[in-house]
Amino acid sequence: MIFHKAQLDNGLQIIAELNPSAHSLAIGYFVRTGSRDETDAVSGVSHFLEHMAFKGNEKYSADDVNRIFDEIGANYNASTSEEITLFYGSFLPEYVETAMELLSTLIYPTLRQEDFDMEKKVILEEIGMYDDLHSFTAYEKVMQAHFQGHPLGRSILGSVQSITDLTAEQMRDYHAKHYLAGNLTLAITGNADWEQILELAHKLCDHWPAGKSERPIDEAQPSTGTQTIIEKAIQQQHIMELGPAPAAQDNLRLPAEVLSVVIGDDSNSRLYWKLVDTGLAESAELGFNEYDGSGTWLTYLCCDPELTEDNRKLIEQIFDDVNENGITQEELDRARNKIASRLVLRSERPMGRLSSLGGNWVYRGEYFSVADDLKLLNNITLSDIQKLLEKYPLGHSTTAAVGPLTSVAE
Amino acid sequence: MGKQLIQTHQFSNGLTLVAETMDDVQSAAFSILVPSGSIYDPPNKRGTASILSELVTRGAGPYDSQQLSCALDDLGVQRHEGITSGHITFSGATLAGNLAETLKIYGEILKNPHLPVNQFDAARAGVAQALLSVEDDARQKALVELKRHAFPAPWGLPNDGELEHLEFITIDDVRTLYENCFHPNETIIGVAGNVDFEQVKQIIEELFGDWKTSSISEEPAMVFADENRFFTEQDTTQTHLGIAYDAVPYGHPEYYAAWAAVGILSGGMSARLFTEVREKRGLCYTVSASLSGMPGLGRVLCYAGTTSERAQETLDVTLFELTRLGDGIEESELERCKARAKSSLIMSQESTSSRASSIARDWFYLKRITTLDQINDEIQQLTTDRVLNYIHAHPAANFTVLTIGPQPLEVPSDIS
Repeated sequence: MIFHKAQLDNGLQIIAELNPSAHSLAIGYFVRTGSRDETDAVSGVSHFLEHMAFKGNEKYSADDVNRIFDEIGANYNASTSEEITLFYGSFLPEYVETAMELLSTLIYPTLRQEDFDMEKKVILEEIGMYDDLHSFTAYEKVMQAHFQGHPLGRSILGSVQSITDLTAEQMRDYHAKHYLAGNLTLAITGNADWEQILELAHKLCDHWPAGKSERPIDEAQPSTGTQTIIEKAIQQQHIMELGPAPAAQDNLRLPAEVLSVVIGDDSNSRLYWKLVDTGLAESAELGFNEYDGSGTWLTYLCCDPELTEDNRKLIEQIFDDVNENGITQEELDRARNKIASRLVLRSERPMGRLSSLGGNWVYRGEYFSVADDLKLLNNITLSDIQKLLEKYPLGHSTTAAVGPLTSVAE
Repeated sequence: MGKQLIQTHQFSNGLTLVAETMDDVQSAAFSILVPSGSIYDPPNKRGTASILSELVTRGAGPYDSQQLSCALDDLGVQRHEGITSGHITFSGATLAGNLAETLKIYGEILKNPHLPVNQFDAARAGVAQALLSVEDDARQKALVELKRHAFPAPWGLPNDGELEHLEFITIDDVRTLYENCFHPNETIIGVAGNVDFEQVKQIIEELFGDWKTSSISEEPAMVFADENRFFTEQDTTQTHLGIAYDAVPYGHPEYYAAWAAVGILSGGMSARLFTEVREKRGLCYTVSASLSGMPGLGRVLCYAGTTSERAQETLDVTLFELTRLGDGIEESELERCKARAKSSLIMSQESTSSRASSIARDWFYLKRITTLDQINDEIQQLTTDRVLNYIHAHPAANFTVLTIGPQPLEVPSDIS
């Protein structure tokens, strides 16, 4: 593995971790924009824009974009989160030129009115699709409640109303403000030639507008509360709860990842043995999510409505015990081992390496090889976990419930 | 694709090992298929195999349930147990150096599970919750119900079982199923990764050589449905559509032509369903078709989810696109299918898990392994004439159609 980095004059950052023996390469444009960068008036525009990227530019129509990606047998897609819009794909090495050109086309689409009108219908369908997924509804509601008044509380999809009201002009303005080269990182993993990538990047991206948009990253001060959404027609109760946890730039983030595996992994964790193995719940998990300046513990419970309160008490007991007594060395060792194995196996494929390479760069401006990551992981001690628990004890300040229950306790 | 090193061995008790050596990776993956899937559930006790699949890892040999999980985690095994119509499957991946120790634990799971009575209720509750969550997820339910109606029973029945049967299943039913179905003959172990075949063979011989052969479980008779229109009323935002029609099964001489026909419909964002239903009309977010099958029988299964006011149009346009395929296909459409196949075959060589499950499945269906070169050759040799001939011989017709949503839809009766 060889790491390279460069920056174009307009601010576009280029990073690559190359491996000549890989069968493929993966390419991703990480755009530092997402729902937290929106305003009420344009709620959902980042995600809508991600869809519009595939509608092409003056040179390539929407049909061309999809057709050419398929002609080179690409595996490609895009995603939008609260903070990053990512356009990515994996390709055979001989198509690097076409792949780079097409992915670069996505970043500056023409945003034609007729494409905008048609895609609006698809976005509304996507909102409808997620509306039928109850765990997603719970996630959206708990994020909105927890981050009330903070940009992280904005919905990624927007609402039926905000999308219906959105104009193509507003989208063009948003694009012009946020798709500046300084907000972009081009990341490449796998079998590619660095000189060729640089040459292509100059050819395709030198003319992109320079600049960078600022994002305030004050740590959120969450309010407490319970949101109950009643869905009587369904069988199970979904509870999602958030509490404060380390931010993406905090050294405590790795201990937080380890602790979430010990307490709430989907197998062989404390929550698993207490609630899932016993058949009391379908899911009982603890996750750690990191953002710019803020972080969350996310507890998810899905179970028979009648068992909800008892199950929540069991979770609380587990959290109280951990906050008071910490975890054992054996648990720490096992979780580190589990994470290390996931890391190594995922990294065997260029596509598996792309998100951690790009994510580290965007959030922390750092390169970590797999070996670096393993070393960091191995250096975590029980005293790091202790420090973490002192600053960010397990628990929740906000709850959202979706299901038959008319109320849940705070 | 480059040369693949695939070797097979059948042990004297009938157990089959299929292994692919991949020198460029650090990991090794395995996929174990035990002929104990949901088709072997006693009638009226659908869900027995699913409970067995939950229970079988809750303690085995010297390990109790928790020790077993810890031992596998200590070896860094990323594992999954699951159930299909035909099999209970055990799959996992770890660093190649840990494979031998990992297989030792799976030897205990397969040969000496505790099937503890005090864990039975919890395992059954786990299966019940999985079934309830399908009830709450209309999209998943549409696919489960489509399979139920598109394939003959018991192959099409939900692998997790039927909610109303669970209370009648006892620990003895589960133990009997284990006794009847967990045997080496018909069990397939696929291994792929940085491994030496002779070494793996020796390990498997040591671990499973004493596993006693028993009589092969009889496959139940197939029952075909008479009806082919289904509607379930559910208070959902979207209406969920499922459409199925006949295709040829895996292993059929025209299988790759069938694969290309479905690829032209749904393989990539330039394929017809995505272009016509989503891109040109904005009718839905998800629309797709895929080739699905059981031994000797293949089907195309399509899904679309759309808001209820536009559901009828979505159904009409989708059915039109399926039948229009017979009018002709473009050379360029087939070329794109070929490009996708080539790239996904080459990229599959980067994943030991994908290779292990692929070779094990191949052995189950074909009793031989198709190399990536052979698959690529078959696909690259396809012509538009041959694909069109296949479509004419196996037209999109006699549709099974189901909808889940607030209102039923009109299914045109004159579609043939």
